[in-house]
Amino acid sequence: MSNARTNILSRLCQSSIQETPPQPSPYQGREQEKDDWDTAERVRRFTERMEAVRAEIHHASRTDWLDVLAEICKAKGLNNLLVAAETEWGSAIHAQAQRFPALKTYQQPIETWKSELFYGIDAAFTGTRGGIAETGTLILWPDAHEPRTMSLVPPIHIALLETDKLYTTFAEAMQAEGWVETGMPTNALLVSGPSKSADIEQTLAYGVHGPKELVVILV
Amino acid sequence: MTTEFRHNVTLNLAKPNVRANFRKAMDGLMSRRLDQFPDKAELERLRTQSMAIRANALSKLPELLEQLETNLTRNGIHVHWAETPDEANHIVLAILQQHNAKSLIKGKSMVSEEMGMNHFLEGHGIDCLESDLGEFIIQLAQEPPSHIVAPAIHKSRQDVAKLFNEKFPDIPYTENIDELTQAARRILRDKFYAAPVGISGVNFAVAETGTLCLVENEGNGRMSTTVPKVHIAVTGIEKVVEKLSDVPPLLSILTRSATGQPITTYFNMISSPRKPGEKDGPEEVHLVLLDNGRSNIYSDPELLATLRCIRCGACMNHCPVYTRIGGHSYGTVYPGPIGIILEPQKAGLDVHGELTQASTLCGACGEVCPVRIPIPTLINRLRYDGVRKDASTTVGTGSRRKTGEAAAWKSWAWAASHPAIYNFGAKTATRLHGLFPSNMGAWTNVRSAPQLAEQTLHERLKAMGVDHE
Amino acid sequence: MATRPDTIYFFGTCLIDLMYPQAGVSAMQLIQREGVNVIFPQAQTCCGQPAWNSGYRDEARTVARAQIALFPKPIPVVIPSGSCAGMMKVHYPELFANQPDEAQALDVAGRVYELTEFLVDVLQIELKDLGEPVKVAVHTSCSSRREMGVADKIESLLGQLSNVKRVEQIRKAECCGFGGTFAVKQPEISASIVLEKVETIRATQADRLVGQDAGCLMNIGGAMEKQGDAIPHQHIAEFLWERTGGVA
Repeated sequence: MSNARTNILSRLCQSSIQETPPQPSPYQGREQEKDDWDTAERVRRFTERMEAVRAEIHHASRTDWLDVLAEICKAKGLNNLLVAAETEWGSAIHAQAQRFPALKTYQQPIETWKSELFYGIDAAFTGTRGGIAETGTLILWPDAHEPRTMSLVPPIHIALLETDKLYTTFAEAMQAEGWVETGMPTNALLVSGPSKSADIEQTLAYGVHGPKELVVILV
Repeated sequence: MTTEFRHNVTLNLAKPNVRANFRKAMDGLMSRRLDQFPDKAELERLRTQSMAIRANALSKLPELLEQLETNLTRNGIHVHWAETPDEANHIVLAILQQHNAKSLIKGKSMVSEEMGMNHFLEGHGIDCLESDLGEFIIQLAQEPPSHIVAPAIHKSRQDVAKLFNEKFPDIPYTENIDELTQAARRILRDKFYAAPVGISGVNFAVAETGTLCLVENEGNGRMSTTVPKVHIAVTGIEKVVEKLSDVPPLLSILTRSATGQPITTYFNMISSPRKPGEKDGPEEVHLVLLDNGRSNIYSDPELLATLRCIRCGACMNHCPVYTRIGGHSYGTVYPGPIGIILEPQKAGLDVHGELTQASTLCGACGEVCPVRIPIPTLINRLRYDGVRKDASTTVGTGSRRKTGEAAAWKSWAWAASHPAIYNFGAKTATRLHGLFPSNMGAWTNVRSAPQLAEQTLHERLKAMGVDHE
Repeated sequence: MATRPDTIYFFGTCLIDLMYPQAGVSAMQLIQREGVNVIFPQAQTCCGQPAWNSGYRDEARTVARAQIALFPKPIPVVIPSGSCAGMMKVHYPELFANQPDEAQALDVAGRVYELTEFLVDVLQIELKDLGEPVKVAVHTSCSSRREMGVADKIESLLGQLSNVKRVEQIRKAECCGFGGTFAVKQPEISASIVLEKVETIRATQADRLVGQDAGCLMNIGGAMEKQGDAIPHQHIAEFLWERTGGVA
C-alpha cells in the first residue's frame, strides 16, 4: 500500500496553498478571571463540575484520608478493592489492610486474570497525576502499577487527587508538566465523571461501559 | 422525475413521530450548546483560535502527515495509507487475518461508516459489533446513523424498548432508559471481554508527539482501544493537528458545540501499544489513514475549508432542513450542512449534487461552526460548480447543468438587465394581476398565491415625482 | 457610522416592486421625512440573487452589472430588504472578484445599507407612536440576522413605539423556509418549515406580523392566509409609516 502513501502525499503536495493561514495564538482558557483562581477556588470549581456529573467528592487530609477511604468502602459495601501495592498511596492502604475489604493487586498482565477483573472486582483505587478545575477532570497516566483497565473495568473507581496538583485548565496542566518535552505515555487520560450516555432521547444515563461511580478523595 | 432524495424527504416528512424526535432532540442540543457559551466574545475568540489551528494544520498537511507517521512509527504504532474505502477495508481485513480474528468490537467511527467496514468484513466472515450505545441500537435495527454524534437520535425510548425486546427476548420489556442502558452494558461487557480486535476512530491525531486522541462519554471507546490485543484506528487524512497544545482549545469547543458538555467523560490519548512491563493495553496498534476524495477537496483553495471540520454536528443541530427531514433522508454517511458540502465533493456532483439544494442558505450552520467553515458560501460554490460550463477540480463539475434551466436563467438575465423589458414585463404582470393563477403548484399547496400589486413601485415613485438620478 | 447624508439612492427590490410597492413607498417617505432626498433610479430591476443562489453566476453578474451602474454618486444605497442588501454588500464583492468592474462593485457594496440599519444607525431616527395599542410579532430574515448582522435594528425601532407590545415566538431566529428558489426547488421541506413557523407565530396571539424582508412575509403570510384567519403581515417600513402618522 506504499503506492497509496505516495499518491496521497503527491496530490497534497501539488496543491499549493497560497495564503498563509492565521497562526494559532496560545490558548488563553475560557475566562480571563481564571488566572486569579487560588487553590480554594480551583477546589470549588472542580467539586462543582464533578458533582454536576454525579461524581462523589470527599475531602480529606494527609492524616485522615485512609479513614475516609475506609468509610467509603464500608458505605458501598465493597467485598474487595483493587489497589496497587507499589505506589505511595497504595502501599499505605496495604499497610492497614485489615481496615479495608479484601485487597487485590494487579500483579500479572490482564490476560492471566481477565475474568476476575471483569466479573469479580467491586472497585479499584488509583492515584492521579493531577486535576483540572475548569472542567472537573482527573488526569491519569496509567502505568505498570496502575494499569489502564483499573479506572475502566470495575464498576466503581475511587481516585485520590492532591489539591496542589489541581490545575486551572487542561492547557495549563499540559504546559506546566511539560508533556511534550517529557514525551507522552502509552495512554494519557482525562476522566470527568462516571461513564454516561445520552444516546436514547438525549436523556442522561450513567454507568454505560465504564465505571458506574466515580469517587474522588481530595487531599 | 422523483429522485432518491426527494423520495426520502417525502417519506420522512410523513413520519410525525420521527419528526417530533428530531425536533425535541435538536431543541435540546441547541439550548445545551448555548448554555456552554454564556460569553459571546469568548465564543468568537475560541472559534477564531480553533479555525486557525485547523487551517494551520491543513496548510502543512503533507508535512504533518509525514511527521505523524514518523512519530507514530517511532512509538510503535503501525501506519497504513488508503486512497479508497476499499483499500482501507482490505488493510483492516489483512490485520484481522494475521491474527486469525473472527470478530471485532467497535467504538464509534464515522470513517468506518464511510468505508462500509461492517458490511465488507461481514462478507469475509468477521463479526462486527458496535459498542457505542447509539450505534449498538441502530446496528440492531439494521439502520445507518441519522446523526454523526447521536446516531440513534431518530428513535424514541419506545422504539428502543421494542427493539431490545425483539432482539433479546430474555430481557424483560422496559421503556426505562436506565434499565435499557444497563441491559446494553451487560450484553456488551461479555463482548469486550472476548473481542480479539478493537476498532476506533480518531478525533485528533497529534503530529508533534504521535498521539491519537479520542473523545467519548461511555467508556466503550476506552474498552475497544484497551482490552483487545489489537487496536485498529481509522481516520481521514485531515484529522491531523500540528502540536499537542492545539488539542485543549479544539477539545473544549468540540464538546461544547456538539453536546453542550464542558468536557466529555473520557478523553483518551494513545501514543503507543503496550510497553514491556505494562499489564494491559493492546500489543499492536494500527492507524489507517483514509483519503477517499479528501486530497482532491484539498486542491481547491476555497473548498479546502471543508476539511477543517471536527465533526461536532452543531451544523445539523441548528439546520432547519435537517431538523425536518432527519439524517436518513440524505442517503449519505454525513447528513446535514456538513454532509451536503462534503458528500457531493467526495462522490461527485453527478452523484450527490442534488444535496446542495437541501439548504435555505439561512446561515445558521456557518454561524455555529466551531472552526468557522463558511458552509453557506461553500454550498453556493458547489451549486455553481454543478452548473458551470468551465472546468473546476470538483468531481462532476457541470453535471447538473440542464438545458432548459440554463436557458431560463439566460432569458431572465437578459430581461433583468434591460430595464425597458423588465418594466414592461412587470407592468404587464401587475395589469393582469386578477388573472394570475391561484394554483402555482407546490407554492400554493400550503400558501395562498402571491398577490401582485396593481401598480409597481417603479410606477408609483415615478408618479410621485421621485428623483431618478 | 456614516455621517447623515443629504441624498441617498433607494433600491426597491423586485419583490417589493411587484408585490409590496406600498412598503417601498413608505420606506422612501420615512427617509424623506427625515429631510433626506431620495433618488430612485428607474432603470433598477433585481439584485441578481436568484441566479447567484442557483449557481448561475454569469447570469447573476449580467444583472448585477446593470445595477451597479445606477449608483455612481458617493452616497448610501438603502435597500428595504436584508436579503437583497446582503447580496449587494456581501456577495457582489465575490461575484465581481477579478472582473474588470470589480472596483465599481466594491464601491457600491461599501455603500449599501439595509433600511432598518440606515434608519437607526445613520439617521438615528426618532419615532413617535400615534397608533392604537397593538401586539406585534417580528420575523427577522436570516440574511438580516446573519449576513447583515442587523437583527437588533428592527427591534430598536419597534421599541420606540410606546403602544406597540412585542411578543416573541419560540425559535424566533429559525429560518421561515423561504430561501428564495429553495421554496420552489424543495417545496415539501419549505412547506414543513413554514407551517411550524406559522404555528409558533400564531401561538404568540400577535395582532400583526412585521418583518423587513418581503420574501419571508410573502412566505409566512401566504401560509397563514391559506389556513384562513391570518394574522395580518406588514413590512416594517409600512408599519412604521402608518404608526407615526405618515407625516413629518
